[in-house]
Amino acid sequence: MSISLALAGNPNSGKTTLFNALTGARQHVGNYPGVTVEKREGKWIDKEKIINVTDLPGTYSLTAYSPEEKAARDFLLDNRDFAVLDILDSTNLERHLYLAIQFLELGVPLFLAVNMMDEAEKEGIEIDTNLLSSLLGIPVVPTVAREGKGKDEIYEVLSSNDSLNHTGQGFDISYSDIIDESINDISEILKDLPSVVEKYPVKWTALKYMEQDPEILKIVNKADIYAKVEKIFNEVRKKTLDIYGLEPETIISDKRYGYISGIARQTVKYTKESSNRHELSDKIDSVVTHSLIGPVIMIGVFYLLFKATFYIGEMPMAILEAFIGWTGDTAAAVIPDGVLQSLIVSGVIDGVGGVLGFLPLIAVMFFMITFLEDAGYMARMAYMLDRIFRTFGLHGSSVMPFIISGGIPGGCAVPGVMAARTLKSKKERIATILTAPLLVCGAKVPVFVLLCGAFFGEKAAMAMFWITIGAWAAALICARILRSSVIKGDSTPFIMELPPYRLPTLKGVILHTWERAKQYIKKAATFILAISVIIWAAMSFPGLPEIKQAEFQSMRNTAYSELSENKAELDKKLIKINNLEKEAKLKNSAAGRLGTSMTPVTSLAGFDWRVNIALIGGFGAKEVIVSTLGTAYSMGEVDPEAPKALSDKLNKDPRFDGITAVSLIIFVLLYAPCFVTVVATAKEIGWRWAAFGVVANTAMAFSLAVLFYQVARSGLFS
Amino acid sequence: MEELVCLRKMKKNSSGVIKKINGSKDMERRFRDIGLFSGVWFRLEGRAPLKDPVALRLKNCKITLRNNEADIIMVEPRGGDL
Repeated sequence: MSISLALAGNPNSGKTTLFNALTGARQHVGNYPGVTVEKREGKWIDKEKIINVTDLPGTYSLTAYSPEEKAARDFLLDNRDFAVLDILDSTNLERHLYLAIQFLELGVPLFLAVNMMDEAEKEGIEIDTNLLSSLLGIPVVPTVAREGKGKDEIYEVLSSNDSLNHTGQGFDISYSDIIDESINDISEILKDLPSVVEKYPVKWTALKYMEQDPEILKIVNKADIYAKVEKIFNEVRKKTLDIYGLEPETIISDKRYGYISGIARQTVKYTKESSNRHELSDKIDSVVTHSLIGPVIMIGVFYLLFKATFYIGEMPMAILEAFIGWTGDTAAAVIPDGVLQSLIVSGVIDGVGGVLGFLPLIAVMFFMITFLEDAGYMARMAYMLDRIFRTFGLHGSSVMPFIISGGIPGGCAVPGVMAARTLKSKKERIATILTAPLLVCGAKVPVFVLLCGAFFGEKAAMAMFWITIGAWAAALICARILRSSVIKGDSTPFIMELPPYRLPTLKGVILHTWERAKQYIKKAATFILAISVIIWAAMSFPGLPEIKQAEFQSMRNTAYSELSENKAELDKKLIKINNLEKEAKLKNSAAGRLGTSMTPVTSLAGFDWRVNIALIGGFGAKEVIVSTLGTAYSMGEVDPEAPKALSDKLNKDPRFDGITAVSLIIFVLLYAPCFVTVVATAKEIGWRWAAFGVVANTAMAFSLAVLFYQVARSGLFS
Repeated sequence: MEELVCLRKMKKNSSGVIKKINGSKDMERRFRDIGLFSGVWFRLEGRAPLKDPVALRLKNCKITLRNNEADIIMVEPRGGDL
């Protein structure tokens, strides 16, 4: 027999910790239909039962205003057979009961987990869970989710058939005589309305109508009885405004809080005066959010985050890269020379491998970011930086997506875009997702290192610094422009809870990191695979015409005959010929032809066909730019980590100088996000915005590159 | 009854009880859901380094909001804990 259980609760109630304790690693993450609210599902296998557990989004209330609340509410309305376990923070019981009351109003089979009982005890808070249970008429289980305490009791409630069937029988709350009466009157009308009866509990619908719930209003207003209902509402509203000076919904909410404080008075006892946990949290805050020390600590945290990411990520990354290299070599040895070998080695293994190589970095970064988030520090960063971000039409919580995307050079826009999920407001979220890829991600860094090394010599480090500053300026200014044009609108309220500092559980952090890694691997195995094959094909076909091939062959033959004595010289010569052939092949390929045909336009920014091909490759993945440039300059394969030879070559190219380099830096910094980012963007906010990002960024990048190039060439700077 | 003051005008470490929220119904609802409504005691714990947003310590939680959101909350100043 299987049971379905939904976990609900306020944010910071320990809901996810309990979910992890129940399901362990048997969980997966998806989305609720139509919204990007994460939906976690898992299996809890205990004794002889399998319990399907769904983790509802954390909410404070059950209105239909935020996507999270709507998702939670719709889920419960559509899945009436689910038992609902509402998790409450025992140190904050009154506030958390507000949501519980709303579940009782909805009439779902409910029971409560009064969580963090250990902390309550430490703070001298005593909770009579038995009395709470009998007052509310539902089972109440004390838990300590971090330690897995309370699992057995939850299991017991779920297995005893009866305990959940009659929940809420004792629950009776009066919202004042006037409103109670109107709820009954409206229920009488609604109970014959199929559009209500099929999906919603009638009395609850009437209550929500009195609260002017937008979704319920929409449904009722569609029916022909709407005028009758509206009349009742207006009469009641007039009365409540006359008598109390309050809207009906305010009265309803006041009564809920009143009911709760009555229950709390009977069930909660404070044996100590002050609360230790908050005292400690407040003390930490007085340093961490201090007006001078706070920002210094924050910069330190950013710096450590990146140092640690690369320091810890380096080794597994090297191992993974070595493994990918070995796979490529093996494949090259096993598969006979030809198109198939080239497809497997250059298309599939190099393409997917190049992206998978970043996996350790992403995993380490997410590990630390999850730690900071669970510990409560992320909310403080949003709090401290909100003022700055708001100036540009963003939100304090935009900081993490920006940092991850490359706010400190070396990030990656893919997890950055995904991290924007913590942003609750839609407009700020879209603006964040569209502008975060402008920052200096790890794949752009080699390009800049190459160009700065080639043209700015000793000033290269300084140039990198200014590129980073430029990237921030570009991202923030673009956000401002977006927020005053295509995503116009007032900033959404910031009201946010600063949760008490807590030591995150290792299990929770690891599970979350693993989830992210899994998503990334999935992407590499699907989209990136497809894209790298396409790029490979564009750079390989059509092959060189036979005459050309024969030309190179005869060059080789000449070399053999001329240099047969000197083995070392011969090898050198042969490599040179091979590289020339590769260059010719690339120029002749579809990508090469496209690059060449674009020269009349791109020469405005100083880009020749070689640069064009590299940039076209960069649409797929920015890592490709340096290696393609290498092939185009007949260097053979260039290691992006050590591009010394290529940088010398660029320096010697008479058409390529500092001005071209800056123009190219501007373009690479700002143009279309790589394809993986585009896919991630589309997943988060839809294909239309993703396409917008590609077109708008490229247009902006090109205009600025041309502007710079033309002005610089006209001699204005010298 | 003491005169009401606007939350924005309050100084660090002063405390009071929320008496009135002047904003739209939507704002009022948002405030209420997170625990800010008439009758709630709080202490103004501090402001972010750039003087905005502001952090409030309630009985069992800490809530932050922007200055322009603090504008619509009217408070009766009161000392001590509740």
